[in-house]
Amino acid sequence: MEHAETTGWPGQIHAALREHEVRQVAYVPDAGHRELIAMCERDAAMTGVTLTTEEEGIALLGGAWLGGQRGVLLMQSSGVGNCVNMLSLARTCGFPLLMLVTMRGQWGEFNPWQVPMGQATPEVLRLSGAIVFEVDKADEIAETVNAAARMVFNGPSSAAVLISQRVLGAKTFGR
Amino acid sequence: MEMESARSEQYPLRRREVVPRLLAERGDLLVVTGLGAPSWDATAAGDHPLTFPLWGAMGAAAMMGLGLALAQPKRRVLVITGDGEMLMGLGALPTIAAQAPKNLAVVVLDNERYGETGMQTTHTAGPADLAAIAVGAGIPVAADIFDEDGLADALPRIRSEPGPVFFNIKIRAEDLPLALPPKDGAYLKTRFRAALLGPGAD
Repeated sequence: MEHAETTGWPGQIHAALREHEVRQVAYVPDAGHRELIAMCERDAAMTGVTLTTEEEGIALLGGAWLGGQRGVLLMQSSGVGNCVNMLSLARTCGFPLLMLVTMRGQWGEFNPWQVPMGQATPEVLRLSGAIVFEVDKADEIAETVNAAARMVFNGPSSAAVLISQRVLGAKTFGR
Repeated sequence: MEMESARSEQYPLRRREVVPRLLAERGDLLVVTGLGAPSWDATAAGDHPLTFPLWGAMGAAAMMGLGLALAQPKRRVLVITGDGEMLMGLGALPTIAAQAPKNLAVVVLDNERYGETGMQTTHTAGPADLAAIAVGAGIPVAADIFDEDGLADALPRIRSEPGPVFFNIKIRAEDLPLALPPKDGAYLKTRFRAALLGPGAD
């Protein structure tokens, strides 16, 4: 793909990731990130890495940084819970860690099993040393990702952008 | 099935003899070591800026190797870890197989014990076979090593066979003196990047 696809917020995130020279895109497949994942997988400048569990992504991106590449971890809020001890790797070593989290259990969730982790997500991330950006308007997502990426890669630091379930909408999650 | 708790005390291969051979004449090899004894073994063989020794993040070693291998496709990447550390991150094996980096080798030093916590048995003292798990995960080259002949065969393959390759080396369970690498993770990161990418890398 020669040019970023900039239609809608997933395309805007993809453009921001390109601008920040993100090369490794780690993810556990997720409905909220479906469009973004597809764009990154089509982008010859990016390597998509499907994970079996989200914590693998933190180690992957640490290794990527050792080798001179930037990356991003895409996940759902439930995945944040899978990452807790591994977040210490990024914090202790000062690896840049950019996380884009689609929220579940947060706004009109139909599945009660998603609520405990969704509600705990911002605090778990903060307790683990990550900067947390919460965004609930579609037209503010890309600028928030850009702000987070600047702090991550200039820091280095860990930062998460939490994309509200309110933005993700009923089409994806309403049953 | 009962754990065969004494079995690995009789294995002929010794970790402090195996690891120096894995790292001998390392050239431009990039190395990640899993927490605990593999990090101490690598340090005993000689602390090196292009070895990243983990002190924590149990289960991270193989995935760090994958991220490094994808970022540096022209450099050989060697992960040296233990059976307990590998068991904590088994999902890395199908993830690595799916990416299929030709430049990545993962070596497990399998003493069938949790060495840092009192030498309690791991599942590899029982029915679990890490090389078979790697085969099942789709790693194209994966085998167990039990003795000197097997090791001598594996050493050049670890260094140069198109990967990903996975060797599970059965080593003797033994308590050895600690050989500790630098503990500051930020320093380890920065010196690795400086050695690999040049002094301008922060």
